[in-house]
Amino acid sequence: MKICCLVKEVPDAAVQKRIDPSTMRLDRSGEKNLNPFDTHGIEAAMQIREGGVDVEEIVAVTMGPESAVRALHKAVALGADRSVHLTDEALSGSDVCATGYALAKTLESEQPDLVLLGQQSDDGECYTIGAVVADHLKMPSLTQVIKIDVSDGKLVCERQAEYGYDTVQVELPAVISVGDAINEPRYPSLKAIMGAKKKPLETYATADVGIEADSVGENGSKTQVLAINPPPEKETGEIIEDEDTNETVEKIVAWLDERKLI
Amino acid sequence: MAGGILVYALHDDEGNFNKNSLGAISEAAKLAGELGTEAAVVVVGEVADDGCAGLGAYGASKVYRAKSAPEGLAQPVVDVMAKVIADEGFSYALFGGGLLGFEIGAGLTARLNAGVTMEVTEVKAQDGKLVAERPVLQDSAIVDVGYVGEPGIIIGRLNAFDVTERDGGSAEVVDVEVELSEWSTKATMVNRGEQRGEDVNIEDADILVGGGRGLGEAANFKLAEELAAALGGAVAATRAVVDAGWYPYAAQIGQTGKTVAPKLYLAAGISGAIQHKVGMQSSENILAINKDPNAPIFEFCDLGVVGDLHKILPKLTEAVKAKKSG
Ligand SMILES: Cc1cc2nc3c(=O)[nH]c(=O)nc-3n(C[C@H](O)[C@H](O)[C@H](O)COP(=O)(O)OP(=O)(O)OC[C@H]3O[C@@H](n4cnc5c(N)ncnc54)[C@H](O)[C@@H]3O)c2cc1C
Ligand SMILES: Nc1ncnc2c1ncn2[C@@H]1O[C@H](COP(=O)(O)O)[C@@H](O)[C@H]1O
Repeated sequence: MKICCLVKEVPDAAVQKRIDPSTMRLDRSGEKNLNPFDTHGIEAAMQIREGGVDVEEIVAVTMGPESAVRALHKAVALGADRSVHLTDEALSGSDVCATGYALAKTLESEQPDLVLLGQQSDDGECYTIGAVVADHLKMPSLTQVIKIDVSDGKLVCERQAEYGYDTVQVELPAVISVGDAINEPRYPSLKAIMGAKKKPLETYATADVGIEADSVGENGSKTQVLAINPPPEKETGEIIEDEDTNETVEKIVAWLDERKLI
Repeated sequence: MAGGILVYALHDDEGNFNKNSLGAISEAAKLAGELGTEAAVVVVGEVADDGCAGLGAYGASKVYRAKSAPEGLAQPVVDVMAKVIADEGFSYALFGGGLLGFEIGAGLTARLNAGVTMEVTEVKAQDGKLVAERPVLQDSAIVDVGYVGEPGIIIGRLNAFDVTERDGGSAEVVDVEVELSEWSTKATMVNRGEQRGEDVNIEDADILVGGGRGLGEAANFKLAEELAAALGGAVAATRAVVDAGWYPYAAQIGQTGKTVAPKLYLAAGISGAIQHKVGMQSSENILAINKDPNAPIFEFCDLGVVGDLHKILPKLTEAVKAKKSG
């Protein structure tokens, strides 16, 4: 089995994210990191391999600017065997429709049996890339999966949907987005971190994987940001720090009492 | 004239429609009125005629029913909606909040090369077109999104669209035959809607103590239970702890759980992710205890306590008991 894991570089959790009003895009300056949700996808791939399924290769795939190489290195340190980087000026400003198409084209060149993704990107929070990619690849798909069992070339997946937990059988090849409850990603060893830069990395431009230039980037996108507004003013609550717990608890009880909640 | 707005109505195995789907139909009908067009609905599976026709009460003029397509998985619905959109020329597809709508909307995006906006909280008709409002970056900004070409796909946030009933509406029911794509038949439902854990009631409580991953382990839910008992309330949970098997699904609040609006919601060790927020933000009073001063829940609580719940909860329980008996 060959597994491709989609990974994304996102602003570090500690960075205050904002939209640049001049470009109407996310301001991507500042510290960046591998999307934490994607580490669960890589871990899921590793566990499938360690569970006895013959996994020839785990390939980390990303679309993003030059700096996204660092996210690939992290993915490799976590267990991927090699990585693929789609990067091209023509891609910048791509919306979900265009991004999904470009990632699908890149994956087509790899012919994976299983594509794993995270439940959401920490910056875009679209929850949708997996299902977009799947339809382009003409593969079955499921998102928010918290358990995967592989047997006889089929997957048995569990996930929570609107009415409770669903168990779904999915034939390979397939695209699966995993929820963060699926596993506890391991920490990479120092040796793996040091060795990550030496693992094979292919870099593609759009034309290399047959992406039509006018279907991606700002011009290829089907949505347009018309305006960015602040959220409606809301009175912010009172925040107290717990220094002396007896005092804190007194304050909470008084607050509850004032509101007739006790 | 613009083409109509097509809504997907999700239902359970008994054919009961999901409240967020009814909200989406109501919203589509309102917007269709403003655009001078119509709202129609897609239903898959064996739903009775009167069940389908009854969607007229929410403003649907037509219901396209694909009896042979299975309910509960996204891709067969993508096949049905793509066909109805192609045959009838719809300009927009609209989904209420939940999970399946995200997957179906995403599939349509690929299939029809269409723009998609998710987590939409409001839709406006402007110059004969729809513009979707989407909060981004933990609700710190709201983006107005317009569509290039048709159709435009709009996926609502949970509870974004109110259910409004009007009188006398009955929708025309049209059966459609759709051949499923090969890959849409490769995922099959083995078991739908399993209720994990006990059946607890949280909807009727005036006071809810919500427990999250910050509790550390399943056994620590007793801290939340003791506090809830002292306050005379019940215990609720996040998806993170329900997925982990720490607490029953019936107690889960949020996008794929319940929506509540108690007099007091006391969140202990809950980060305040959007998917949780959408199920409890209408609570009259929100009190949050979290050790991370940057936790998103502090952006929308009425009283925030930055501290360790293991220290605070036991003492708070004692203090509440003392106050009540005093
Ligand atoms: C499609 C989709 C649907 C979803 N549906 C739902 C849903 O229905 N309901 C839902 O809840 N979520 C849902 N989620 C998941 C949601 O995004 C969050 O992952 C989840 O709500 C987080 O749960 P949590 O707050 O318990 O955990 P975390 O986000 O891990 O937060 C734990 C918090 O505890 C704090 N903490 C840790 N230790 C302590 C301590 N000792 N004292 C005090 N505080 C402490 C931490 O600072 C942290 O803020 C959904 C996600 C997706 C993508
Ligand atoms: N530019 C990208 N490159 C690679 N993978 C991506 C990219 N954007 C999103 N993904 C994947 O899609 C998942 C869901 O992202 P999203 O739909 O943006 O919330 C992420 O967890 C990643 O695995």
